[in-house]
Amino acid sequence: MLRFILKRIVFAIPTLFAVSIIAFIIIQLPPGDYLTTLMADWASQGGAVEAGTVAAMRERYGLDQPIYFQYYKWIWGILTAGDFGISFELGKPVTELIWNRLGFSLLLSLLTLCFVWAIAIPIGILSAVRQYSISDYMATFLAFFFLAVPDFLMALSAMYVMSAWFGQSVGGLFSPEYVDAGWSFGKLVDFAEHVWLPVVVIGLGSLAALVRIMRANLLDELSKPYVTTARAKGMSELELLIRYPVRLALNPLISTLGWILPAVISGEIIVSVVMSLPTTGPLLLRALLAQDMYLAGSLILLISVLTIIGTLISDILLALTDPRIRFQ
Amino acid sequence: MSMNPNMSQDTILKVEGLKTYFPTRTGIFKAVDGVSFELKRGKTLCVVGESGSGKSVTARSILQIVDKPGRIEGGSVLLTRADGSVTDLAKLDPRGKDIRSVRGKEIAMIFQEPMSSLSPVHRIGTQIGEALRIHFGTPKKEQRERVLELLRQVEIPRPETAIDRYTFEFSGGMRQRVMIAMALACNPQVLIADEPTTALDVTTQAEILDLIKKLQQSHGMAVLFITHDMGVVAEIADEVLVMYRGKVMERGPVEQIFHAPEDDYTRRLIGSVVKLEKKAEVRLTRAAIPAEAAPLLDVKNLSLTFPSGLKAVDDVSLTVRSGETLGIVGESGSGKTTMGRCLLRIYDPQSGAIAYRRPDGSTIDLRTADRASLKDVRREVRMIFQDPVGSLSPRKNVGQIIAEPLKLAGMRGKDVEDRVAELMRQVGLDPGWRERYPHAFSGGQRQRIGIARAIAVKPRLIIADEATSALDVSLRSQMLDLMMSLQDQLGLSYVFISHDMSVIRYMCDRVAVMYRGRIVETGDTDQVVNHPQHDYTRALLSAIPHPDPRDRRIHKRFRYDPTVKPTGIVSANG
Repeated sequence: MLRFILKRIVFAIPTLFAVSIIAFIIIQLPPGDYLTTLMADWASQGGAVEAGTVAAMRERYGLDQPIYFQYYKWIWGILTAGDFGISFELGKPVTELIWNRLGFSLLLSLLTLCFVWAIAIPIGILSAVRQYSISDYMATFLAFFFLAVPDFLMALSAMYVMSAWFGQSVGGLFSPEYVDAGWSFGKLVDFAEHVWLPVVVIGLGSLAALVRIMRANLLDELSKPYVTTARAKGMSELELLIRYPVRLALNPLISTLGWILPAVISGEIIVSVVMSLPTTGPLLLRALLAQDMYLAGSLILLISVLTIIGTLISDILLALTDPRIRFQ
Repeated sequence: MSMNPNMSQDTILKVEGLKTYFPTRTGIFKAVDGVSFELKRGKTLCVVGESGSGKSVTARSILQIVDKPGRIEGGSVLLTRADGSVTDLAKLDPRGKDIRSVRGKEIAMIFQEPMSSLSPVHRIGTQIGEALRIHFGTPKKEQRERVLELLRQVEIPRPETAIDRYTFEFSGGMRQRVMIAMALACNPQVLIADEPTTALDVTTQAEILDLIKKLQQSHGMAVLFITHDMGVVAEIADEVLVMYRGKVMERGPVEQIFHAPEDDYTRRLIGSVVKLEKKAEVRLTRAAIPAEAAPLLDVKNLSLTFPSGLKAVDDVSLTVRSGETLGIVGESGSGKTTMGRCLLRIYDPQSGAIAYRRPDGSTIDLRTADRASLKDVRREVRMIFQDPVGSLSPRKNVGQIIAEPLKLAGMRGKDVEDRVAELMRQVGLDPGWRERYPHAFSGGQRQRIGIARAIAVKPRLIIADEATSALDVSLRSQMLDLMMSLQDQLGLSYVFISHDMSVIRYMCDRVAVMYRGRIVETGDTDQVVNHPQHDYTRALLSAIPHPDPRDRRIHKRFRYDPTVKPTGIVSANG
C-alpha cells in the first residue's frame, strides 16, 4: 500500500513539471501582455502614453526578457522561496492574494460536496431500486432541470427570492458588519446564514450527474449474482441493499472525488462573481482578463497541482475501499 | 401449518404443481409450468434439462428468489421440519420474515458462477459468517470459530489465512468450496445446487462432486442438483427429473432414466449424450490420412511468455496434415487458447517456428511473416470462437456478417449476395433469414453463422476455439456433424481446441494434450483415449463423468500430482 502511494507520488512529479510549462505557455498565448492591456485602458480613458514609458515599465516588470527566462525566474522563486511573484494589477505578492481566498474556496467546495453527496446518493438509490416508477421519473426530471438551468440564472433568482421575499442579506459570505471583523461566534452564525445559499445553488447544478451515476452503477450491481446469493442467505432486503450493491456502486463515485479539488479554484467562477463570494474564482477571471501573468499562472498551476493531488487522494481511497485494486 | 399424513417420513420438501410465470411484452412466459417432485433425506434429486428448460427457475422458486418480473402463480412447496410442522413456502411473502428464516437456515443454495456469486469486496470469512449472524445472532468470535471449522470441512488449505482473503485470490474450485461452506453454515436440511460445477474443469468438478457427496452423507441433507450434464447426473443422482420448456417430461430413479427411458425427449437427450461417447460414424469409415504427406502446418518449439512472466506456451511442437482434425485438449489455464491464437499471430510468440504450406507448395513461417503475407494467409486460415453471442456484431444483419470477409477479399455486388445465400444453405440456415440480426437466432444457429463466416473465403485451415462449449448437448453433435461434412466437402483441416474430451473423441483424428503450456502427449485419438501414456491424460480421462449410472467411476478416479512424480514417467499399468 505504501509502495503504491509512493509510486503514484513519484509519477506525479514529471506531470507537475509539464503542467507548469503548459500553464505558462497558455498565459503567453493571447497577443500582447499586461502592459498592452494597461495601455488600452489608459487610452480609453483619454490619456496618452509615451513609448519610452512603456519600454521602461516593460523592463521594470521583466517583460522584455525571453519567455523561458521569465518562466525560469517564476518557477525558481516558487520552488526555493514559495514566492509566486507579484500581481501587476494589484501590486501585491500573489501569495498574499491567493491564500486568503483559497481557504473560503476550500470550505465552500467541501460544504457543497457534502450537500451534493447527502442528497444525490439517497435519490440515486431510490431511482435505481424503484426504476421506472413515479419517484424515479420525478427525481430524474428535477435533476435534469437543475442541470439545464444556467447556474448564474439560478444564482440570480435565488438571490432575488431570498432578498425580496425573505429580506435576507444576500451576496458575499458575510453581512457587511462582519466582513472585516475577526472570528467570533456571531461571525460564525452569520457565515452559516450566508453560505447555504451558494452551496445550494452550486450543488443543485452538479446534482444530476451524481444522481445518474449512482443510479446507473446501482442498476448494474442490483442484477449481479452475488445479490441473489445474499438473498438466499436470508438477509433482509434493506440490509442486503446497503451491504452489497450500494457498497459496490459507491466505488466509481469515489473516483469522482478527485475532480472536486481543482474545482476549489476554478469552479463556479460565474456563481462566485454573481454572488460576489470572496473565493479564488473571480480572482482568476480578473487575472486572465488583465493578462496579469504571475497571478493567472500561479492560479492555473495551483489548479493543476490540486488536480493531481485530488486524483492521488481518490486513487488511495479507492484502493482502501476496493481490494481488487489494492491487490493488483 | 398442519401435518400432512400422506407425506412419507423421509420427505423433507414436496413440490406440487409449481407454476412460475414471467410476464413479457408479448404475453406470459411460463418458465415453470406445473412441476412436482419430492426431496428425501440423504438423497439426491437431479433436475436435468437444456438451457431455457426452467430448471434454474424451479430451484429459485423454492426459496422465492426468482428474478423480477417472475412470480409464483400456483402450486405449493411444502417444507417438513424435524418437529413435524409443515410450511407452504409458496404462500409466504417473498420479502417477509418467514421466508427469510428458511433461506440459508433450512434450505441453502449454491450457484453456478462462484466468482460473480460472491462479493468481490468482502472477505470470505465475513460472507460465510453472515448467515450465522442473521439466523442465530452468533457473536463475532464464535462466528469466526465456526467459519474456520466450515473451511476445514470443505478442505480449503490453511483456513486461518484463507478466512481473511478475498474471492479473487482463489481459484474457481476453491471459490466453489467457499460457496459450499457458506451454504453449510447453518446446517441446512436441504441443499440446492444450481449448476455448481458447470464453470469448472473436469478434474475440479470431480473434486467438488466428491465433496458434496461426502458432506451430504455426514449431514444427512437432501440435495437438489441442477445440471445440464447427463454424465454428472449418472454419477451422483438417486432420482432424476427431466425438464423441457418448463414441464416435467419424465421423473424416476436414475437407473430407469438412463436404461429404460419412457419419454421421447428423455430418449433423445440420452441418445445425443451416448452418441458423443464414441467416434463419429463418418470418421470410422473414412480412409486414414497418409502420415507421410507434407504437413499443412508444422509448428516447432513455439514459446510465448507473457510480460507477467507466465509461460503460456512452452516449447510446443505439433503438425496438422491436410484434411485432418487435430484436437487440442486441456483444462482452463493450460494455454490451449493462447496457443491457437499464436497460430494466427493474434499473439506474437517469442520463439519457435510456424511453418504453413501455401497452396502453391511453398512454405512460410507465420511467426516471422510480414504484414502483407500474414494478411494473405489469414484468408486461408480462419477462426471460430466459443461465444456465439460476443463474436457476432449485434448491429449487423446476418447477410452483412457473412459477407464481410467476402468484401474484404474484393468480391462485389450480386456475387456477394449469391455466395452468402450459398453459404447459408451450406451451414443449414435459410437464406431468407439474411436480413435478421444475430439476437433473433438461437445459440446453435449463431454458431452456424460463425461457421458460415469462417468458410466464406474458402479457407484451408480452421482453428475452432471451444466452438461447441456454449451449446446444449443435443446441438453439440449436430454442430460437429456439420463441421465434419464441411470438412469432407471442402477439404478443410481443423485445429479443434476444447476442454471436452467427448467432442475431441467424436471428431478428431489426432489429439494433443496440453498441461501448463506444454504438450504432454500427442497421438491418434483412439490411442490417447484408450491407452493414455501420460499420467495427466489418465487423470483427465478418469475425471470425466460417465453417462451410465451402472458404472460410476469418478470417485475412483486417478489423480495427477506433478509434484509427486516427475512428468514423462509412465506407470507400468498405464
